[in-house]
Amino acid sequence: MAYVSAPAEPPFRLSMLIYDRRYRSLTFQVIVFILVMAVAWWLVDNTITNLSAMGKDFNFGFLFQRAGYDIPQTLIPYTANDTHFRAAVIGLLNTLLVSILGCIAATVLGVAVGVARLSNNWLFARLMTVYVEIFRNMPLLLWILIIYAIFTEVLPPPNAYRGDDPAASMILFDSVALTNRYTSIPTLAMTNDPGSLDLGARVTINWATISFIVAILGGLYVRRLIGNWAQSIQNATGSRPTTWWMSLAVMTIPSIILIFFFGLHLVPPELKGFNFTGGINVQNSLVALWLALTLYTGAFIAEIVRAGILAVSKGQSEAAFALGMRPKRTMNLVILPQALRVIVPPLISQYLNLMKNSSLAIAVGYMDLRGTLGGTTLNQTGRELESMVLMMATYLVLSLIISAGMNIFNSRVKLKER
Amino acid sequence: MSDTHAQTVSFVRETMIEASPPPEKQAGAVKWLRENLFSGPVNTALTLLAILAIWFLINHFWNWVAHSVWNANSLNECRQIIRDTWGEGSTGACWAVIRERWNQYTFGFYPMDLYWRPTMSFGLLFVALAPVLFSESRKIRRIVLAVAAVVTLASMIQLNAPTPWLIFAAIVLIGGLIISERNNSWLLVFSLLYPFLGVWWLWGGSLWGPIMVIVGPVLGYIAWKLLGRISPILASVGMIGVTLFWWLALAGRAARDAENILSLAITPVNSDRFGGFLLSTTIGIAAIAISLPLGIVLALARRSDMFLVKSLAVMFIEFIRGVPLITLLFVASLLLNYFLPPGTNFDIILRVIIMVTIFAAAYMAEVIRGGLAALPKGQYEAADALGLDYWKAQRLIILPQALKISIPGIVSTFIGMFKDTTLVTFVGLYDPLKSMSDAVRASTAWKGIYWEPYIFVGAIFFIICFGMSRYSMYLERRLQRDHR
Repeated sequence: MAYVSAPAEPPFRLSMLIYDRRYRSLTFQVIVFILVMAVAWWLVDNTITNLSAMGKDFNFGFLFQRAGYDIPQTLIPYTANDTHFRAAVIGLLNTLLVSILGCIAATVLGVAVGVARLSNNWLFARLMTVYVEIFRNMPLLLWILIIYAIFTEVLPPPNAYRGDDPAASMILFDSVALTNRYTSIPTLAMTNDPGSLDLGARVTINWATISFIVAILGGLYVRRLIGNWAQSIQNATGSRPTTWWMSLAVMTIPSIILIFFFGLHLVPPELKGFNFTGGINVQNSLVALWLALTLYTGAFIAEIVRAGILAVSKGQSEAAFALGMRPKRTMNLVILPQALRVIVPPLISQYLNLMKNSSLAIAVGYMDLRGTLGGTTLNQTGRELESMVLMMATYLVLSLIISAGMNIFNSRVKLKER
Repeated sequence: MSDTHAQTVSFVRETMIEASPPPEKQAGAVKWLRENLFSGPVNTALTLLAILAIWFLINHFWNWVAHSVWNANSLNECRQIIRDTWGEGSTGACWAVIRERWNQYTFGFYPMDLYWRPTMSFGLLFVALAPVLFSESRKIRRIVLAVAAVVTLASMIQLNAPTPWLIFAAIVLIGGLIISERNNSWLLVFSLLYPFLGVWWLWGGSLWGPIMVIVGPVLGYIAWKLLGRISPILASVGMIGVTLFWWLALAGRAARDAENILSLAITPVNSDRFGGFLLSTTIGIAAIAISLPLGIVLALARRSDMFLVKSLAVMFIEFIRGVPLITLLFVASLLLNYFLPPGTNFDIILRVIIMVTIFAAAYMAEVIRGGLAALPKGQYEAADALGLDYWKAQRLIILPQALKISIPGIVSTFIGMFKDTTLVTFVGLYDPLKSMSDAVRASTAWKGIYWEPYIFVGAIFFIICFGMSRYSMYLERRLQRDHR
């Protein structure tokens, strides 16, 4: 057999950088790299020139100076004498607070509405459609402003609750007072306070909280053990023992015992003088922002849930019923795993959107990360560059953490492909 | 047949009995109600709940809406009229604020005698958009253009537009209608010119500026053709070089000189006069028009084989998607003068458009990347098998299909971005929602008016966004090629 020898490599010519596929991508990348570097160098050079022209430098020392401004709502202790750094942390915690509350409430609302839109009930389904369309097609800022205006303009002032024949009355069995400055909700109190664990930096956490967390986590773990045990019996004998009461017991009994042990009870707010005391007075900015984020994101989640449920074909549930599965196990083992596969990825981006949209707190004056670090601190110290860089980095890290966490969850529910 | 039976049986019916009506419970409204509203205890409870909610809404808001006042000069006068007409203690909506301040909500602080300019730009926008948006159906195009022509010309007359411009608008609108009947793609020339004309009409000044910007690429093209005879590398370098050199060094002077020779200037309007829906639509439309191509480029870059290009695209997209839009807007207003050469000061609306655009483009890139990933691999392989190069394969085979798959996502990104234009209020621009309503409330006559402006602005946003989502559904149906 005659072998055709490979043709000799043509000598390298300059035009091969463009016309030869082997070199073209390399050429292109080198050009892109040079351009990007040039632009970056240009921006950095401009920044250095501008900073020196203004007599400023680039350092984060201002974070450890006295902040000197008050923050009305804080999760950990804070006074005006604390540093800007602590103020920024307070802001971050406030962002997280409204984001987490919003995510939970929006998920509950969205799932309920998404299921309701699929209901056989014509009127109810239409009503939910109207809700979804109205909230999806108007700016979030509008909802924040309207809800905040309802709180500040329509609700009575605290002293309307005063007197023998008050103009306003508390709702939910005299436990919640809605006023135009704050919403007063009951607080938790203990008769046997076990004291607190000091985490340093004036952050404390009550032992009771820790024991509740341990009890719930332990309950979850035992419940899983019970599930495994029931599964092993089912595998061996074919019949599954009834376990729901055991699961219920391990989930609730430790908490109930703890409640009695610590003497946990609710203290409703009470009007003393001009203000409510005893309860927690939640700033209306937080409540309005939370409600608006919930209603707005809930409408989007409802659509995601509806699409996810519709994506599971009816044959799946029929097949499960034909195999003799009960409705609850059909839901848990057949429908939900398939629906979640479709629901979870867009749900992650809705959570991310909610977290980013919480920066609209600026409209109602809620002191979140943008309000402290990107607002008052920035204005007081005049460190625009450092504050903005730090704030954007924090948001970026938060986003990446949330999406990483949710991606782990997603990889557990998604279709296992080979 | 019946004869034979007549012998054996005593009675045979010759005709069919009329079908008896179904039982009352199984027909008409009763059946519908039973099936759709009261099919079980849970359903009945839900129906009652829904009725309760509707009744609650009507009970609370019906009087307020029914007692609307449209003619008044201040909120107090409004309330006085409501008290006089409907009795002490009754409440009502005061839409008079919209009637009195509609111009601010629409045009912001744009000079009143120039209102016809944004109006004309908006009307002619439909001529520019018709060949792009409604390329599939001649009938819809005809309706859209006819309505746009009538409404635009009528409002221009109402706003006292100068006669030459009125004639110009009429020629473009009616000419557009005629051309779109004959050959739709000719209108694309107008679509390409529209961005420059639109900028000129809105901001005023000399037409020579936009013209000189267009001249740049034209000169580049000539350089490419000329140098292409010598060496292709030189041609590409020459094209980019000539264009950039023209823009950076010569265009400004050329525009000034041309203006001195032949003046094509109209009254300039500063960016700080923009506000209301004029601002929202300007930012929204500009950002929509730029973010789609930018998003396509980013999506292709992110799927590219070239490591450097891919990682740059990933970093850019993930950074933009990881921070709130509001921080980007603050970067535009606070930090941009750090990054640019000392003394540069460019237009705040332009800065905001750039930020909103790159924000939308990052989201768009992810949506389009989803469409590209959803396309079966066979399509890519078929394009390779046909011997198409990368760009031809993308243009002729991949992108048309990928974009079609991603239409719902693209349109919802547009909707989200249009809603987000309200955030410009936080960098000191007069958006219709917050700044404009605050400005209206700042006057003594309308102090304390909250609901009417919000409802008005919200309703307009709803109409636009809902319209966009319906349009995306129409487009999906139109482009559906599979037979199901």
